[in-house]
Amino acid sequence: MQSEVMFAGFGGQGILLSAKILAHAAMEQGFEVVWIPSYGPEMRGGTAYCMVVISDRPIGSPIIRNPMHLVAMNRPSLDKFAPMVKPGGIILINKSLITVGCGRTDVDEFIVPVNDIAMGLGSIRSANIVALSAFVARSKMVDNDILRECVKEEFSSKAKLIPLNMKAVDEGQKAAKISSP
Amino acid sequence: MGKTFHKPEALSTQQTHYCPGCTHGVIHRLVAEVIDELGIRGRTVGIAPVGCAVLAYNYFTCDFQEAAHGRAPAMATGIKRVRPDLMVFTYQGDGDLASIGMGEIIHAANRGEKFTTIFVNNAVYGMTGGQMAPTTMPNQRTTTSPFGRDVADVGMPIKVAELLAALQTPAYITRQTVIRPKYIVKAKKAIRKAFEYQMAGKCFSLVEVVSTCPTNWGMTPMEAITWAENTLLPYYPLGDVKTPEPVSGGTDAK
Amino acid sequence: MSKVLMKGNEAIGEAAIRAGCLNYFAYPITPQSEVAEYLARRMPEVGGVFLQGESEVAVGYMIFGASACGARVMTTSSSPGVSLMSEAISYIASGQCPAVFVNIMRGGPGLGGILPSQGDYFQATKGGGHGDYRLLVFAPASVQEAVDMVMMAFPLAEKYRNPVMIMGDGLIGQMMEPVVFPDHLKTQQLNTNSWATSGMDTRNSGTRNLVKTLYLDPVQLNAHNLLLKAKYDRMNLEEIRFEPYNIESDYQVLIVSYGTMSRVCRTAIDNLKANGVEIGMIRPQTLFPFPLMAIREAASKESCKTVISIEMSMGQMVEDVERSVQGRKPVEWYGKCGGEVPTPEEIMEVVQSYITSQRKEQN
Repeated sequence: MQSEVMFAGFGGQGILLSAKILAHAAMEQGFEVVWIPSYGPEMRGGTAYCMVVISDRPIGSPIIRNPMHLVAMNRPSLDKFAPMVKPGGIILINKSLITVGCGRTDVDEFIVPVNDIAMGLGSIRSANIVALSAFVARSKMVDNDILRECVKEEFSSKAKLIPLNMKAVDEGQKAAKISSP
Repeated sequence: MGKTFHKPEALSTQQTHYCPGCTHGVIHRLVAEVIDELGIRGRTVGIAPVGCAVLAYNYFTCDFQEAAHGRAPAMATGIKRVRPDLMVFTYQGDGDLASIGMGEIIHAANRGEKFTTIFVNNAVYGMTGGQMAPTTMPNQRTTTSPFGRDVADVGMPIKVAELLAALQTPAYITRQTVIRPKYIVKAKKAIRKAFEYQMAGKCFSLVEVVSTCPTNWGMTPMEAITWAENTLLPYYPLGDVKTPEPVSGGTDAK
Repeated sequence: MSKVLMKGNEAIGEAAIRAGCLNYFAYPITPQSEVAEYLARRMPEVGGVFLQGESEVAVGYMIFGASACGARVMTTSSSPGVSLMSEAISYIASGQCPAVFVNIMRGGPGLGGILPSQGDYFQATKGGGHGDYRLLVFAPASVQEAVDMVMMAFPLAEKYRNPVMIMGDGLIGQMMEPVVFPDHLKTQQLNTNSWATSGMDTRNSGTRNLVKTLYLDPVQLNAHNLLLKAKYDRMNLEEIRFEPYNIESDYQVLIVSYGTMSRVCRTAIDNLKANGVEIGMIRPQTLFPFPLMAIREAASKESCKTVISIEMSMGQMVEDVERSVQGRKPVEWYGKCGGEVPTPEEIMEVVQSYITSQRKEQN
């Protein structure tokens, strides 16, 4: 079984990091993973996107035309990538910045006010972790405890950020429960 | 009575290919004498340029590398970075250093690489047969400036020592010549000082040596010396241009 | 050591250190700058040398100077930077010094783009610089393989006293994959006494060493070239590496593909197999020496009707594939470049179209 998740948003929203944590958690859970960034000028404040491929077999093509899931952190990302998601996939929509739906009925549209939740925690910078956690809780792609450990490990060199991001993980999970289908 | 004149150990017995009246042989000898005096032959690596001195490795008896045109300072950087204990010198002409290799010498000097460059300036490309060099004098005729160097067209000759001395990184930069015995004594001292600065791990050092090229200047050896003295030395003044210590008054070239 | 998730570029830097290479010179260029950034932090930790040179031209000669005095040394760059280093590579090959060059390829020609490409096949395998020389060229298809190949590259560079090149594309450098690092390399550099300009004091022989590339006497230069050629001939005997895929099946089409492109092909082959269509693949892991005989043999299989070289270039490796197949079967090319990476779906279409046209011919 292979699954792909595309994380997309503005540069600076922590897209690459949340994707990396998912890849790390999946690896810890014993899956094969590949993390593929968009690189180049779009790193400087434009649209950033990043693909994580998770599989129980060695991963062939790292080039994915149609991902299984999408985590859309801003409107341009939703517009651009929502049509590419495979039927049956999850499209997480950051309601704080996106006022429209994905316009598809064959996917699981998952609406989370990511930025508002993060600001409620005291820092907009935890938005990427809120989104990641909500997505993981919804998709059950990796174990919640492993995810939690991987978030901790990612921030191990900036220990004072760990409590904030742990709360972000909690709030993400809650959001998934509230809006469960 | 003891032997008063002998060939330095750092110099091989091979006869050089240099033209009559060329001063490369004298400069080779000075470098070899300094290597002998400092007792460093066993840990010295020389780097030959592309130019008349391309075969310099045949005339020295220490380890040698041969560079591509202009790249000797980059090779010297590579050696010194991985083997700081080695004594490294590059031996380069004006086409090699001041034209194609200008980038490499400036950056090596600016990083303060701890090697020594012997820079032989004879105002012309020698090996390729007398073409214009960046150091060719105004109105000087060469095979590629047959009507004389037109400074309105190709600019003024580059004063390498002064140019490198403008860098803020501490260095020992000096200009010498070997066209008469009185100059040779001073040049030897300068070369020795350059190697000593390197030995102490103190700084980059460069000795520019104003030289002659009777063959490509179209002169006899004697005429060449006179021309160098009357034409080159006024434009390329002798003396220390920069020392790692603050320069005392009067030695700083204009 | 356990598995870590690491970006290809950083993994290449770490692999060099694990291979005992403590000397690194480089110039920044996308998409490989992370190697330099990683080693700028890491080299001081292990007492190694890190230097950012003023240009790729200078870096090439820093590598030459350092390797010529017997140090284990590496640089990394990307296509336009490798063009600038090619002069030095020619000198290093002639001067018979070991060194490792990594090219994380981007699109060309000219400034091109920064996205993955395989447009430097000719540059790496047919020269790049001037004169008759060859590089031992590795082409990794994953981050793990990039690590393994970097570790292999140093002893081989020293065995042959010749530059070795690792050819990854931008994806190999930029993507993260789990990777396991082997223990530190046990092998020491081979005895360099006979050739390295490490200072006469380091040897008991009392003879001086000279690293040079100038041979004005034609007889001597010819002899020097024959000596180099003997090494390249030996590489052809001893260093060919390739991976066959689905080659035991009765494949109708044989794909030859390397690096990231071969992974895309692998997915296409798996998908087609699920539809009952058998496709085989030979993935060269060394581009020089090239797995000529393996491809010839695979192409000779009766079921095989077409051989396709699939590359992220406008058809470079296909010339070596033609040389391998020698007219036994039709050899085709498919590829894209500039950062456009063909998808598995595209490869499936291409392969299907050849199978359809084969059927038409048979009817």
